Amino acid sequence: MSPILSVSDLHVGFGRGAKAREVVRGVSFDLAAGETLAIVGESGSGKSVTALSINRLVDYGGGRITNGSIRLLRTDGKISELTEASEKELTRIRGGEIGMIFQEPMTSLNPVLTIGRQIEESFRLHRGLTGNQARAAAKDALDRVRIPDAERRLTYTPNQLSGGMLQRVMIAMALACNPRLLIADEPTTALDVTVQAQIMALLAELKRETGMSMIFITHDIGLVAGIADRVMVMQDGQAVEQGELGQILDHPKHPYTQHLLHAVPHFSGGNAARPDGQRERTAEPALKVDGLVVRYPLKGGWFGRPTGAVHAVDGVDFDLLPGETLAVVGESGSGKSTTARAVLGLVPATRGAFSMARRELVAGDSNLPVQMVFQNPYASLNPRLSVDSILAEPVIASGVRIDAAVRDRMKMLLKRVGLPENSLERYPHEFSGGQRQRLCIARALMLNPSVVVLDEAVSALDVSVQARVLELLIDLQKEYGLAYLFISHDMAVVERIAHRIAVIYAGQIVEIGDARSVLSAPRHPYTKKLIAAVPTIDRRHETFELDTRQVPSLVRPLGFEPPKARWMEYGPDHKVRAEA
Amino acid sequence: MNYLTRRLAAFPLVLLGVSVIVFFAIRLVPGDSITAMLGTEAGLLTPQQRDALAVYFGIDQPWPVQYWRWLLNLFHGDLGISATYGKPVLEVILQRFPLTLELALLSMLIALSVGVPAGVFAATRNERPSDLAVRVAAMIGQSTPSFVFGLLIIYVLSAGFGVLPTMGAFTPLWEDPIRNLGQLILPALTLGFAFAASVTRVSRSAMLDVLSDDYVRTARSKGASARSVVWRHALPNALIPVVTLSGIEFGYLLGGAVIVEQIYALPGLGRMVLEAILQRDYALVQGAVLFIALNFMIVNLLVDLAYVALDPRIRLENQ
Amino acid sequence: MMGFLRSIFAHPSGRIGGAIVAAYLLIAILGALGLTPYDPLMQFRIDRLHAPTVAYWMGTDLFGRDVASRLMKGIGQSFTVAFFSVAIATAAGTVLGLTTAWFGKRWDAILMRLMDVLLAFPAILLALLIVTVVGPGTWTSVAAIGIVYTPIFTRVVRGPALSLKSREFVDAARTFGSSRFYILTRHLLLNLVAPLTVQVTLALAWALLTEAGLSFLGLGTQPPAASLGLMLSDSRNLMESAPWLMIFPGITIMLSILGFNLLGDALRDILDPKTRRA
Repeated sequence: MSPILSVSDLHVGFGRGAKAREVVRGVSFDLAAGETLAIVGESGSGKSVTALSINRLVDYGGGRITNGSIRLLRTDGKISELTEASEKELTRIRGGEIGMIFQEPMTSLNPVLTIGRQIEESFRLHRGLTGNQARAAAKDALDRVRIPDAERRLTYTPNQLSGGMLQRVMIAMALACNPRLLIADEPTTALDVTVQAQIMALLAELKRETGMSMIFITHDIGLVAGIADRVMVMQDGQAVEQGELGQILDHPKHPYTQHLLHAVPHFSGGNAARPDGQRERTAEPALKVDGLVVRYPLKGGWFGRPTGAVHAVDGVDFDLLPGETLAVVGESGSGKSTTARAVLGLVPATRGAFSMARRELVAGDSNLPVQMVFQNPYASLNPRLSVDSILAEPVIASGVRIDAAVRDRMKMLLKRVGLPENSLERYPHEFSGGQRQRLCIARALMLNPSVVVLDEAVSALDVSVQARVLELLIDLQKEYGLAYLFISHDMAVVERIAHRIAVIYAGQIVEIGDARSVLSAPRHPYTKKLIAAVPTIDRRHETFELDTRQVPSLVRPLGFEPPKARWMEYGPDHKVRAEA
Repeated sequence: MNYLTRRLAAFPLVLLGVSVIVFFAIRLVPGDSITAMLGTEAGLLTPQQRDALAVYFGIDQPWPVQYWRWLLNLFHGDLGISATYGKPVLEVILQRFPLTLELALLSMLIALSVGVPAGVFAATRNERPSDLAVRVAAMIGQSTPSFVFGLLIIYVLSAGFGVLPTMGAFTPLWEDPIRNLGQLILPALTLGFAFAASVTRVSRSAMLDVLSDDYVRTARSKGASARSVVWRHALPNALIPVVTLSGIEFGYLLGGAVIVEQIYALPGLGRMVLEAILQRDYALVQGAVLFIALNFMIVNLLVDLAYVALDPRIRLENQ
Repeated sequence: MMGFLRSIFAHPSGRIGGAIVAAYLLIAILGALGLTPYDPLMQFRIDRLHAPTVAYWMGTDLFGRDVASRLMKGIGQSFTVAFFSVAIATAAGTVLGLTTAWFGKRWDAILMRLMDVLLAFPAILLALLIVTVVGPGTWTSVAAIGIVYTPIFTRVVRGPALSLKSREFVDAARTFGSSRFYILTRHLLLNLVAPLTVQVTLALAWALLTEAGLSFLGLGTQPPAASLGLMLSDSRNLMESAPWLMIFPGITIMLSILGFNLLGDALRDILDPKTRRA
């Protein structure tokens, strides 16, 4: 049987003349009917460009196919050479025979058109349906992706739906005309892990129902284990290795594939938890948080009377010992970042007490023995300041003159975080994302803090950079006895760095304790659901369960107080909130 | 409160601010208020007559009282009497307004019907020679003051063709539409030229931004044709800045195109204000400025309505 | 700095715009130093309405004054008004925009309503109103144009300042305990230099346009001083017999505005590549 898609020696370039660069350099693969091919690679590997070349959307991004062929087996049995197809032919193929979904469901749907009109368009273009027929077809399409109350949702505009819902709408749209090939370009990267599991489950089910082929692009080799038949690993525009799923995962040949499988954090259910750092309960905590509450009043009506409050954080307590990492995990909107920001005074706490252990400061007294490293290394450094001004800022803020000793410390820290000697005179844009994050770490250490808050500090980095920054953080922790409050949504990363884990849900900690214990034997239903949703390499072709429950609203009526938490102990350092 | 309610709530506040500025600005004019009100004729008055007039006009009262009375009169549509025309200010303004309104509408019609297609066209031909041609034309249009362009038109017409634009008495639209349009077409072209240039530039850049958005890529991945992508998916998203610009420009034009009216000798609102300023007819200046600012605010409100109609995100935005 | 000039020169509209602006600046300086072909106020009575010749490059006007010399003076006049008025608007707008963005709440609400009030007057009308109150003249034009553009600059600064304020490097600065002054100057203002430079250049084009408009209406610079708008206005009745009186000032005004518009476009591309707004 001939493959549905056959790509051979594909070369794609961007730019012209002196600025021309080749992004895809000789990629070949075949895709059989009903098969799923996963293309795995980090940013800049050319994986997305390869995908966009198949339906020739790459033309609109300034790219050109410079060599090679892409042959598609059409519905009528003919084979079309897509690199030479006319625009007219391509518009018939796009949507009709090749569907595509993208990374950011929030921005991938037209904000001014209703969901209904956007889905109907597919039927209008490829099936010639109009009016009520198109509308009925659109409703069926929404039903098919298990969107409840589809009739009403058709009249919604994208801003009225959550990210997970929008990605389902995207899938409904891409599959509207039963294309035989679906290209999914990192379709779950922007979503929470439990929502990701739902989307993966949906894709697997629809694949079974329709028998379509799929190309699944991702940076997360763990994610493909559940869905792919074959895997192609890309690096620097080339396919360094491809083969059957089992073969790639179990017997990788290329060093880069081995690196992706072993050096990069993968979730392994607590087995990879840190062996060091036994808790000494007698030690004085570096940070103690007691009954932290953060609420935002909601005002309504003409005179702005308060009508309720958003309970972003609702009674959080924990303590953090020197040299220890407490990971706060949860999904978006759970209150984990608000907790971090409240500890640093960036958002005012409505109630609650903090105590922080001070220690001798190298460069003078700072009011805050707690420093923070932020998520986005591109936004957390002022682009107009040179590195030495950036490192000097905390010192200036603490009222100390910049002298030779301070400059020595700058140089020492830069060296320690692994940045080149001549960095001081350079500007942030001259550094890569990983280097910038190292710079942020150096800045946070300028005042010799006892606690460092890391808010999704490695989430924006490529997976192999992630691994190296995590290593650096662990080394620094051992060297300086730092306590880390590590905020993250990524269980694989958390497993590598955490001694203890606090799971936060709807503004409250639902489970807290020793990392290995929490990850290997979760007790709270939410923790179980969260951990079950994390993709792992060991889970092959497993069907995810479809769970369409929504996160509860954090909006509470005026004066609402949550009932006092009751805790159940499981082991020496593992307790779980009892649900009423 | 949603977006529109918030804008509506701000309306009376801003109007009040405008009225304060207009009222007190005129009081800041050097010289006494009688002179300010009567102009040069005030010089002929005896001190007794002056005092009597001051009581009559209420200007013997403190400023806040005067302002309050003035404001009350405004609510009754009483803007005072124009010294030069000897008629109620409102009547003088309303007599001049139809021409200004018609001219503004015509200019906007020209600007939008030329500018939007030109901008969209240039955006889809990004960096190609046809794009460059549109951009050069728009740049020249934006850099040519209306008085330069207007004088140039008149010069070319008179020196080249020996015809002069129809000057003289203005014919309202309802009396003789053909003659009326003949009188207004050149002024409208003069104003529309620069206006169209701005619309072109804004449409082009908004369109370029939108064409690189993710949902445009989605539309293409569905198999939408190039034309459908541009007109159905991209244009509605690119219109907001165009609406903003057109609103501001149109609002300005409703204030009277002083310079163009002057060049073509048209009896519009702008020229009336200029003459009132030169003849120190302060009641008329005051009334006209207030009237124009109110028009401008109403246009802004219409622009807000257009936003709400165009973009559901604004419609549903809370707080 | 050299790199910056080089990137302007590498940009096609930057090259043209920069050359035009530089030429005008040179002419304005020559005019200010008195290095004009003739005294711009000198009336050569026998040479009234003389067409352009070798002696009078751009001809003479109704009073026999040399048009070229008057244009040189007029350019200086226009540029003076434009620079001072834009300087006022930039300074006031930057301070107001930064403080409203930073302090927010009540101060922001009050100030932005006030700006709404000012923006409710069409620019030329507000200028006319100010001229009415103060009386016409060069410095009135400066004040009027400055006041007209202050709300625009306030908005131009406020928007980016608000978005900068929520950037993570400002959060970081707050966790260090950096002073308000440090954050406002190093983190906000420093990052606003690029958009402000673009805006200043474009505002200079508007200011030149408004100044010429005011003097065209007789409300700007007063005769007998030379001013471009006034020269153009005076040319209207002599259009057929002495077209040079209209053509040269017209082209002079247009080119000066074109120069700043081109330069502004180029600066936007160079300094602010993400915002391609018109």
